[in-house]
Amino acid sequence: MKILTGNDLASGAVTWWTGKDWSLHVEAAVDVGEHGEGVLAAEEGARRVNAPYIIEAVPTPEGPRPAHIKDRVRALGPTVRPDLTLKPADPAAGDWVI
Amino acid sequence: MVEFRFRTDEVQEQPSVTLDAFLDQSNATAVRLEPDDDARALIPLLNRLTLIEIAFPKFRDGRGYSSARILREAGYEGELRAQGDVLVDQIAFMRRCGFDSFAPESSLNAADVEAALARFANVYQQAADAGVPVWKLRHG
Amino acid sequence: MMYKYDTYDQAIVDARVEEFRDQVKRRLAGDITEDQFKPLRLMNGLYLQLHAYMLRVAVPYGTLDSRQMHVLAHIARKYDRGYGHFTTRQNIQYNWIKLEECPDLLAELATVEMHAIQTSGNCIRNISSDQYAGAAADEVADPRPWAELLRQWSTFHPEFSYLPRKFKIAVIASDEDRAAMRLHDIGIQLIKQDGVLGGRVFVGGGMGRTPMIAPEINPFVRAEDLLSYIEACLRVYNRYGRRDNIYKARIKILVHEIGADDYRRQVAEEFAHVKTLGIDPPLAEFERISACFTPPAFEEGLAETIDRCDPDFAVWLDQNVKPHKQAGYAIVNISLKPIGGIPGDASADQIDMMADLALHYSYDELRVTHAQNIVLPHVAKRDLYAVWHALSDSGLANANLDLISDIIACPGLDYCSLANARSIPIAQKIATRFADAERQRDIGELKLKISGCINACGHHHAGHIGILGVDKKGIENYQLTLGGSGAEDVSLGKITGPGFDEDGIVDAVEKTVETYRELRNDGERFVDTYRRVGMEPFKEAIYG
Repeated sequence: MKILTGNDLASGAVTWWTGKDWSLHVEAAVDVGEHGEGVLAAEEGARRVNAPYIIEAVPTPEGPRPAHIKDRVRALGPTVRPDLTLKPADPAAGDWVI
Repeated sequence: MVEFRFRTDEVQEQPSVTLDAFLDQSNATAVRLEPDDDARALIPLLNRLTLIEIAFPKFRDGRGYSSARILREAGYEGELRAQGDVLVDQIAFMRRCGFDSFAPESSLNAADVEAALARFANVYQQAADAGVPVWKLRHG
Repeated sequence: MMYKYDTYDQAIVDARVEEFRDQVKRRLAGDITEDQFKPLRLMNGLYLQLHAYMLRVAVPYGTLDSRQMHVLAHIARKYDRGYGHFTTRQNIQYNWIKLEECPDLLAELATVEMHAIQTSGNCIRNISSDQYAGAAADEVADPRPWAELLRQWSTFHPEFSYLPRKFKIAVIASDEDRAAMRLHDIGIQLIKQDGVLGGRVFVGGGMGRTPMIAPEINPFVRAEDLLSYIEACLRVYNRYGRRDNIYKARIKILVHEIGADDYRRQVAEEFAHVKTLGIDPPLAEFERISACFTPPAFEEGLAETIDRCDPDFAVWLDQNVKPHKQAGYAIVNISLKPIGGIPGDASADQIDMMADLALHYSYDELRVTHAQNIVLPHVAKRDLYAVWHALSDSGLANANLDLISDIIACPGLDYCSLANARSIPIAQKIATRFADAERQRDIGELKLKISGCINACGHHHAGHIGILGVDKKGIENYQLTLGGSGAEDVSLGKITGPGFDEDGIVDAVEKTVETYRELRNDGERFVDTYRRVGMEPFKEAIYG
């Protein structure tokens, strides 16, 4: 599947396209199929996202899992500071990244 | 199109020729330098020029700043124009390097340009403008 | 003692804060695109990284006082997530900055004479220097007044703000190179020739994809000509550095491609011209700046002997404390490399604590080292025990300076959008494998450096042992290099062979270390043994 990701312009937070807006949670990301470029251009132009791009992801029961480890790190947070990630209480979160 | 100019004489409208063409032929009074042209090639011929246009095809390519200073250091007093990908955030540096005329590809807001030029009352280094470096102010 | 802003310096930094505030406003309003804004925010040290915006605050030549250190702690709490990361260029980075808050953050920094000017972008970066400046006995002069002169000269330099690529300058003043000077774009060693002070100038060093050791371009430039000479060096680079390929745009490529002789000749010509422009500040300006760096009012007649009866204190004393030129004083190295911790990171509380130690015990001065540690440069020997005790209470008393667990590591794939592999977990695993303090001391000096990508921010080429993280078909893979050094015995590491996974690399390091121990002669460091016996014995041990 193809999903969109970027950063919030003002805060810098990593965000994922849900089909209608940008979420902090990769679980909410939708498959954009072949329509990604059009969405990127519109959303970036409207400044609802900064520096967005399209990535490959694998659908899983827990939601899309980005194909590249870099985007999985972006989705969760630094593997070396679990307390600063989106899932500080989940000991298995790091395994999902790696 | 020249949008901003800091000279009191008439704006130079004549078309500029390439450096190679200028070095070949004798009657052009305006020349255009590309980023990889050697500005020093003009030094023996500066008295023939009333306009030197320096191209900035991409604002990240900063070779034109050196070209401008070299020409001013050689005594060129004619119009020195920055043309191309010129953003308001580069204007102050360009003025310091000796540019007195600006032909940006995309129109610049006059108030923004004025603000940019007024932003820094002090400069650390001596350049091609009249800015007095701070070390001179400190020691008279 | 350090530089203090006058009204001119303060006005310049304040104006920059307002300029950036305006640029951010225009970006948030959509008046400029990200493409147009990016070089502007980079020139103010603001990156867009994996998790958020990252801000790199300048610590000029690695020197700061307690007041500034307290503000760094305050910034960590107010604008970030409670910690900062000290870098291999003596700066500090914050990883979770919001663009909309950045102007206020910069305004707060400006109140204590700090900024993020030119800590990124294709311009002249932070001037780095020797972390023992003003305290070491072997310096011919304090290099920092020269670093300050260069800092001012390079700040908002109108001709050199759109260079082909970043530009890094280091200034030292001793034969021992504690700042990796030969691996900078320009390295300057201050020397005295017939009693006259001048600089030995090296140009064209660097790490990254194609590491190079800077050749000497001028054996002696008189101090009063130095700025003109450096200006000439930069102008030749700005005019002729490559702009067609970002990976071939550093000055080291230019010097390598045209040759040091041709580069030297071009600089000499340009210098002859630049010298006529009168851009060098007068001696009075140098003296004004130097006066800020006069030695502190040291006490005379202080005790030289130290009570060593606490064995943990004695171990720390022997490893982390270095001789000071003033009798009765010492240089303290604070390790930011706790076993299993993140190299170079310090919490806001730890930063505050180090600030307090500096105020009470080090004439209100600290240094950041390119090895990502902190230095208290002027501690009376009688105060060492109290300092150590305070450090112990804060988890900062690891007695591992220059030992295998004193690892330099870039932030890597946990933080950096350029990275191919995570570097911090590798540092943690290696430090944990070698946690035993006696084992570390037995191994001795071993500078291990890890980079998470080929940009080499971890300086792995200059590691006695270096590790480079790469992406091997989507999986993190780690290459091992041996024999590099960033000191005056400068050399570039050589790769051992095929890479390893994240556990294999730790085993490979251990086999390397054990091979060294088997083969070493008395007094040989790891790097000395490697240089004597070559790569083969290590390859055999690692790959079997």
